[in-house]
Amino acid sequence: MYMAIFILFAIMSIAGAIMVITLKSPVSSAIALIFVLCCIAGLFALMGALFMAALQVIVYAGAIMVLFLFIIMLLNLKDEILGEDEKKVTRVFGSILGIAFLLEIGFFVRRALTVGSESLMYPVPEQFASIEVISTGLFTKFLFAFEITSVLLLVAIIGAIMLSKGEGKTEY
Amino acid sequence: MDLIDIGITVGKVVIIFGALMGMVAYMTLFERRVIAFIQGRIGPNRVGFQGLLQPIADAVKLLFKEDVTPAGANKFLFAIAPMLSFIPTLLTIAVIPVAESSTIFGREVDWIISDINIGILFVLAVTAMEVYGIIIGGWASNSKYPLLGALRASAQMISYEVSLGLALVGLLMVTGTFSMTEIVAQQSSFLQWNIFKQPLGFLLFIIGAFAEVNRIPFDLPEAEAELVGGYNTEFSSMKFAMYFMGEYAAMISISAIMVTLYFGGWQGPILPSPIWFLLKVGAFLFTFVWVRGTLPRFRYDQLMRFGWLVLLPLALFNIFITGVIMVL
Amino acid sequence: MIEIPFINLAVIYPEIAIFTASVIVLLVDLFMKGEKQGTLSTITMLGFAAAAIIASRQWFHFETGFSDALIADNFALVFKLLFCAAGVLTLFLSVHYLNREKIFRGEYFFLILSSTVGMMILASANELITAFLGLEVMSVPLYLLAGYDKKKLLSNEAALKYFLMGAFASGILIYGIAFVYGNLGTTNFDEIYRALQGKTLYGEPLLLLGLGLILIGFSFKTAFVPFHSWVPDVYVGTPTPATAFFSIAPKAAGFAILFRLLFKAFAPMMPDITGILWVLAVLTMFAGNLIAIAQRNIKRMLAYSSIAHAGYILIALTTGTADGAKAAILYLLAYTAMNVGAFGIVILLGREGEKDLSIAGYSGLSRRHPIAAAAMALFMFSLAGIPPTAGFIGKFYIFRGAVSAGFIWLAILGVVNSLISVYYYLRVIVIMYMKPEAESDRVITYPLSLMVAIILAAWGTVQIGIFPNSWLNLVRDSVSGFF
Repeated sequence: MYMAIFILFAIMSIAGAIMVITLKSPVSSAIALIFVLCCIAGLFALMGALFMAALQVIVYAGAIMVLFLFIIMLLNLKDEILGEDEKKVTRVFGSILGIAFLLEIGFFVRRALTVGSESLMYPVPEQFASIEVISTGLFTKFLFAFEITSVLLLVAIIGAIMLSKGEGKTEY
Repeated sequence: MDLIDIGITVGKVVIIFGALMGMVAYMTLFERRVIAFIQGRIGPNRVGFQGLLQPIADAVKLLFKEDVTPAGANKFLFAIAPMLSFIPTLLTIAVIPVAESSTIFGREVDWIISDINIGILFVLAVTAMEVYGIIIGGWASNSKYPLLGALRASAQMISYEVSLGLALVGLLMVTGTFSMTEIVAQQSSFLQWNIFKQPLGFLLFIIGAFAEVNRIPFDLPEAEAELVGGYNTEFSSMKFAMYFMGEYAAMISISAIMVTLYFGGWQGPILPSPIWFLLKVGAFLFTFVWVRGTLPRFRYDQLMRFGWLVLLPLALFNIFITGVIMVL
Repeated sequence: MIEIPFINLAVIYPEIAIFTASVIVLLVDLFMKGEKQGTLSTITMLGFAAAAIIASRQWFHFETGFSDALIADNFALVFKLLFCAAGVLTLFLSVHYLNREKIFRGEYFFLILSSTVGMMILASANELITAFLGLEVMSVPLYLLAGYDKKKLLSNEAALKYFLMGAFASGILIYGIAFVYGNLGTTNFDEIYRALQGKTLYGEPLLLLGLGLILIGFSFKTAFVPFHSWVPDVYVGTPTPATAFFSIAPKAAGFAILFRLLFKAFAPMMPDITGILWVLAVLTMFAGNLIAIAQRNIKRMLAYSSIAHAGYILIALTTGTADGAKAAILYLLAYTAMNVGAFGIVILLGREGEKDLSIAGYSGLSRRHPIAAAAMALFMFSLAGIPPTAGFIGKFYIFRGAVSAGFIWLAILGVVNSLISVYYYLRVIVIMYMKPEAESDRVITYPLSLMVAIILAAWGTVQIGIFPNSWLNLVRDSVSGFF
């Protein structure tokens, strides 16, 4: 049962991911990405990490992707503007490299399975993704990382305002 | 898990969803009658006793209408958009305890479909997904007004979701749990209702809730006067009906959430618990209709300014003040 | 209740100083009316100065804090000082340039400062998540600096390219961190070191994969070949002072974290990965130097030369010894001085709208502007590694370290590359001194701030070159406690 659900979500997320990069219209790609994110949330939930699953949906699928879609639809790019993909060579080359990378990771994972399963995975503690464990980690061991994120967000906000504040036309 | 357990679970699902769908149907009639009352009219009262068969007549009418798909629309997305709008609203109800637990066939039955320990987050997650039905529907129609409606919807829902979530943070600080069942259990008597612990939080939440379900005064995505019908302009027949039902279901489930979080859920004296739950939800539904009958619509810039410059700071202030009170 | 661990703020005092300055810059920029460039640059300068003073007073204190997520040993402090120096020099370069290009805005100083905060965190990070966040705090302002001249299309292109590449690199890096964490159950460098005892890298495929991905992630930031493709376009499109900053500070920060990662956390695995680093170093040196030869635009040439210089420092990293680390720090100090100088001259000779950047345009410069030409010649000599300049000393110690660690071939290839680089550095000098004067309406003013930067850079270049002893002592102290 567990395995069946896992395989279902896994196949759906991979299929969705392929759709993200193959679909023509940007909106469809974004929607496929939402689908992928939801499937990943399902995988989290399957591992018992309900909190992570909820966050995945709230933050990624619910908030970030809405902004994505908002921007894509606001720009409303037509095919003429996007243009035909002229650089077929880059595309082919990129796909080959991507597949090579994928095979490489697959190879490593396979070897990890054969070399020694004992050292394969760090044993996951009980309740590893409960709200308590995550928040305790954030406020003790990873306190600095948690706090410095605020600096990162401040910089990002200032940057967004700096770039979007209108100041005349672009010189070509 | 044996057969009886499965049977009980299926039974719970059927009863709760059945009740929800029935409420959705009769909510339409309720709204029309109440609005008519507010405006000094009579409202639909011909089909059946006091118009009680009106929802069925409406459903039949919508079913037999022609299902038009506009030229240039993205067929697949156009077809699934109404479902995307409808399904999340149904999902919300799955984590809300609707009645006291009772004993059936010698087993303890909690009247909640799925008692997960992150109920509130689940609600937020599902609410966050509601917007996609509108955005995708508006875009897939390949039409100008629906697109404008969709854009408004996405901007609005993002803006108000932030305050909605932050309003809940105050509540979480008070209750210390994400579990809906526990939150209900904590509010065992009238004075322990969370509304008294979080008055400002509740105010923010209900404003956010109005915006989340796109009701007046926040119904800009479907402002008839400006956008024809907004995101659902191009939809007809059952697809339109699904949007319609989605909106009503959203109203009911958000009312149920407010009842659960702030008004003691199903708890109440004398009367049986489901009745209390329905009464409380009904009061909120009446409020929704009442507001629709009395308030004008916001202008778009007012909406944004209100969301970011009033609600958000107030929500942060609420968290701050809650923290101060808890420490003192 | 959870137990909040003891927070040792001392470990981030320099960061706090810089961040405070950056927030003050923002507020002053918001509330001050009229001419504010002077005030803002003074605040920025004070921030850097305060951080530098604090950092130098912490010398030999070896503070750790935040559950060992951060460590302020001498190694981190010397990098913090380097960032402060780079920041101050960039500031001197910027004042005149921003006025000339009419693109002054208060955010410029904020971005430089906040980027420095990220670099400092990166230099003292003792834990992978902290390192990642430091990298992001460093990078985001850099993306924005690249696109700072937003009316110019080239600048927009630079920002977009840098941002996309950086985002990819971050993704790869975090993927690698996930593998390492999944394998060892920790992200702390000390704990990684302990967990790795008695393991071999090739016996742990997922660890190898994780470390490989982490290396790729950081290689993007430090622009090793083949992860360098963004460098030329970004360097050309970015406003020149920011380019100078890009070529020094983020690179140094990247090397700081690589040293800590490879020499401390993954020290038991170091013998297994020298092969990879060896190849990276050779590729980086050759690609940088060979492509630089073909460049006609001075900024583009300096971009490729910066890739090549990263290759030399990679040699030091490959050796895996204390001598290597010392040589790398010395080289980074020398590189800071000479590269800031070179970019200073480029700004001095440029004109509004980023014109006059072709190397050919410098022909006959020595006759009309002998001082500028002489300074440029000095920096070019130093970059080429000709004695008695800082570049020579830096290269000398790197190659000596490689030889003494047994990497003879690497040292030979490094020397070969130095010879290749002499060609294109000297070509600039030849054009300046031996070609007839070009038809040019070039008018050079000598703005004070820019001259300060160039004089400081020239002083550093000569000082390290002729009296390296005090610098060698500094470098020796800076790795104490690290090995």
